[in-house]
Amino acid sequence: MSVTVTGAIGAAVDRVEGRAKVTGQAKYAYEYRQDAVAYAAILQSTVAKGAVRTVEAASVLELPGVHAVLWHDNAPRLHEVSDGELEVLQSDRVSYRGQIIGAVIADSYETARQAERLVRIEYAQEPHDVLLRADHPKLYTPEKVNPNYPAVTEDGDFDSAFAAAEVKIDCTYETPAEHNNPMEPHATLAIWEENGVTLFDSNQGVVNVKTTVARAFGLEPDQVRVVSPHVGGGFGSKGTPRPHVILAVMAAQALGRPVKLAVTRQQMFALTGYRTPTIQRMRLGADRDGRLTAIGHEAILQSSTVREFAEQAALPSRMMYEAPHRRTTHRLARLDVPTPSWMRAPGETPGMYALESAMDELAIAGGIDPIELRVRNDPEVDPETGHRFSSRNLVACLREGAERFGWNSRDSRPGVHREGRWLIGTGVAASTYPARRQPSSARASYEPDHGYKIQIAAADIGTGARTALTQIAADALEVPVEEVEVQIGDSSFPEAFLAGGSMGNSSWGSAVVKACRELRARMAEEGSEVPLWVEVDTKAEAAAASAEPLAKHGFGAQFIEARVDVDTGEVHVPRALGVFAVGRIINPKTARSQFIGGMTMGIGMALHEESLIDLEFGDYLNHDLAGYHVPTNPDIEQLEAIWLEEDDPHVNPMGAKGIGEIGIVGTAAAVANAVHHATGIRVRDLPIRPDKLVGAVPRGNR
Amino acid sequence: MSKTVPVTLNVNGVEHHLEVEPRLLLVHALRDNLGLTGTHVGCDTSNCGACTIHMDGRAVKSCTVLAVQADGVALTTIEGLASENELHPLQEAFWNDHGLQCGYCTPGMIMAAAGLLAENPNPTEDEVRHGLEGNLCRCTGYHNIVKAVLDAAKAKGAAVGAPASGQPGVTA
Ligand code: FES
Ligand code: FES
Repeated sequence: MSVTVTGAIGAAVDRVEGRAKVTGQAKYAYEYRQDAVAYAAILQSTVAKGAVRTVEAASVLELPGVHAVLWHDNAPRLHEVSDGELEVLQSDRVSYRGQIIGAVIADSYETARQAERLVRIEYAQEPHDVLLRADHPKLYTPEKVNPNYPAVTEDGDFDSAFAAAEVKIDCTYETPAEHNNPMEPHATLAIWEENGVTLFDSNQGVVNVKTTVARAFGLEPDQVRVVSPHVGGGFGSKGTPRPHVILAVMAAQALGRPVKLAVTRQQMFALTGYRTPTIQRMRLGADRDGRLTAIGHEAILQSSTVREFAEQAALPSRMMYEAPHRRTTHRLARLDVPTPSWMRAPGETPGMYALESAMDELAIAGGIDPIELRVRNDPEVDPETGHRFSSRNLVACLREGAERFGWNSRDSRPGVHREGRWLIGTGVAASTYPARRQPSSARASYEPDHGYKIQIAAADIGTGARTALTQIAADALEVPVEEVEVQIGDSSFPEAFLAGGSMGNSSWGSAVVKACRELRARMAEEGSEVPLWVEVDTKAEAAAASAEPLAKHGFGAQFIEARVDVDTGEVHVPRALGVFAVGRIINPKTARSQFIGGMTMGIGMALHEESLIDLEFGDYLNHDLAGYHVPTNPDIEQLEAIWLEEDDPHVNPMGAKGIGEIGIVGTAAAVANAVHHATGIRVRDLPIRPDKLVGAVPRGNR
Repeated sequence: MSKTVPVTLNVNGVEHHLEVEPRLLLVHALRDNLGLTGTHVGCDTSNCGACTIHMDGRAVKSCTVLAVQADGVALTTIEGLASENELHPLQEAFWNDHGLQCGYCTPGMIMAAAGLLAENPNPTEDEVRHGLEGNLCRCTGYHNIVKAVLDAAKAKGAAVGAPASGQPGVTA
């Protein structure tokens, strides 16, 4: 089945909620007005390990306007919580610095925050262990890596093949902890009523929040309603409810009043997830022609003591390149740190930094052009499963990008191109992300006076989903986009998958197409004089799609020009080009923004982003936007994203692969490769700060 | 800290008489007391610019100002940048050029851009990028934001930057 094109899909339709957003009318979670609302401020632990001994709240409770102080002793008991991070105030244990150990609830935000600082807490402190090391004694192999892949794979005989390889590299790459930092901090407004609770919440999926809150508070799912029409970014950090959601619901329950809870930017560094630091050993072996014989990718990662989260960093080495002998492993150390979680393209982002840096090093070792090396090792079938690819156009992306970027006239010698004080280099890296989908449901309705309406519990966290779904619906209904209204972000709408894993539009769009088709069929029979509605789900279709013996992935190629100041080591990226092959593009306007937004985050990863652990106190030292540097406007110069025509009927009825994450994948490797080309210096631990280059530039070159 | 003081906030041409605690930040007065939630909060350290408004026509991060300091000053927020049902050229351009995704940075970005254009009606790309470096966007990669500001400058020239709510104080 494929969509009949009436022209909405593929058109650069303006963002449907654009007007609301440019006029300040779009409301985010914290901004809903509620009578008699109280404000909660989070109390965070100031030790990284131990137990809360005493909480001295009496004097704080005397402050005018303070209503309650909650801590483990007086907090309501939760029912079923499957995630240790969400067992908020259920025991005296402290598992990381910054963990929620209490809350102050007051009449105003200011009073709550003032009071929070005055609560005196005594701890029984224990020594903490917060540093991930390659030789950490606690390293172990988890059973699965996120979301459900085997932790270890072995094909052929890696050790012998690597030992015998004619050309080889054996390098270790490190990435630091990185924080998602969506611009809207997490916030929840919780309102209890007689038969349940309503939340205005900032999240990537209302259904997830609803189910988790219902379980935790012993409610039926339909006793919880979650409303989130506008969400100010998430990048994975709002994919599952974070502990403050539980705390807000708890506080409102304990107080018998609606409660607003805003996580501050600083608190986000402990409470809302981050990307684990990684230590990745890459071993690549090839013959003299650059044909890979052995790929080894061994990843070391961290998680917390309250929950196991194992990022699938070695995953891309299972499907990117052909090689008969392969080994991929993941090992994890559970430390006294906050729990890492999803951050834009978990797995692929750090994994492809390592693999694509290693490919560059192998190309140099073998005297082969880095693009040719990748072309030579492009597999016919998925090396992991033996399945055919539903579509794979990596080579075409590399070739097209090479042409546009001027790659073919590149002098491959490193450190020879200089203009004034700038050393100049170019780098390339491949990009990939799986094209999966999940079951979702949707309702399509028609009313003679109001036209068509689609309702689905989907999320638009900035992706453009609301607009894309409007286009998808318009095409399936064969009407202009102006006649369709899409409503999302409310758990009272038909259940849908979350905005994550680049599966949003793929999952929701499939349900919307099905609903619209059925509605049209009904209207063909019953006419358009009466109101009609249909509700469908795509369980069967999604299961059939996953069962197909096909490997489904998007691919891309990233090209970067880097300029390095010979004296200061400062790196600029004056030119970036991303070429992607990701099926059909539903909306070129929103899609391009997603790609370049992802690439920008990738440049941030390469050059700026790093959360530094404080060994003495055990938390992230630079826990705010003053210390954690995300790319700013002048950091970005010429940045272009294009895509190739690709027809893939297997991924979903729209033929569109997810595009929210692929833009960040490979960017950091392309930057590191370009910096190497510019300077001859290989930085193998991100970010590429000036201090890692300064003084390393040969004197003769300065 | 419950002692309050009277303050008059003149926002988008409307006077509001409030009793506020001296410690109340202007951004919270706007959002919580006046319900003008188009002005956002994105950080605790005055880095993000989500809270940018105009005070006497100049772009200011309203999280760094106390409400009492704004007593009697002409304030413009995103809600008052254009007159009702109309869009300011910058709002138009941000929408047309897709200078936004999640939209959380957008009001602050537009107000900062309006402040920039009031001082420099024909900026170069470089001047836009540097002029807006105090406003963070995590979604868009800034490209369309810069394009929108340049397009708005082209479209309206000197008219850009003047709030339509009719208050004085904007230096063109
Ligand atoms: S809220 Fe971030 S600068 Fe004001
Ligand atoms: S549009 Fe999301 S932060 Fe700018």
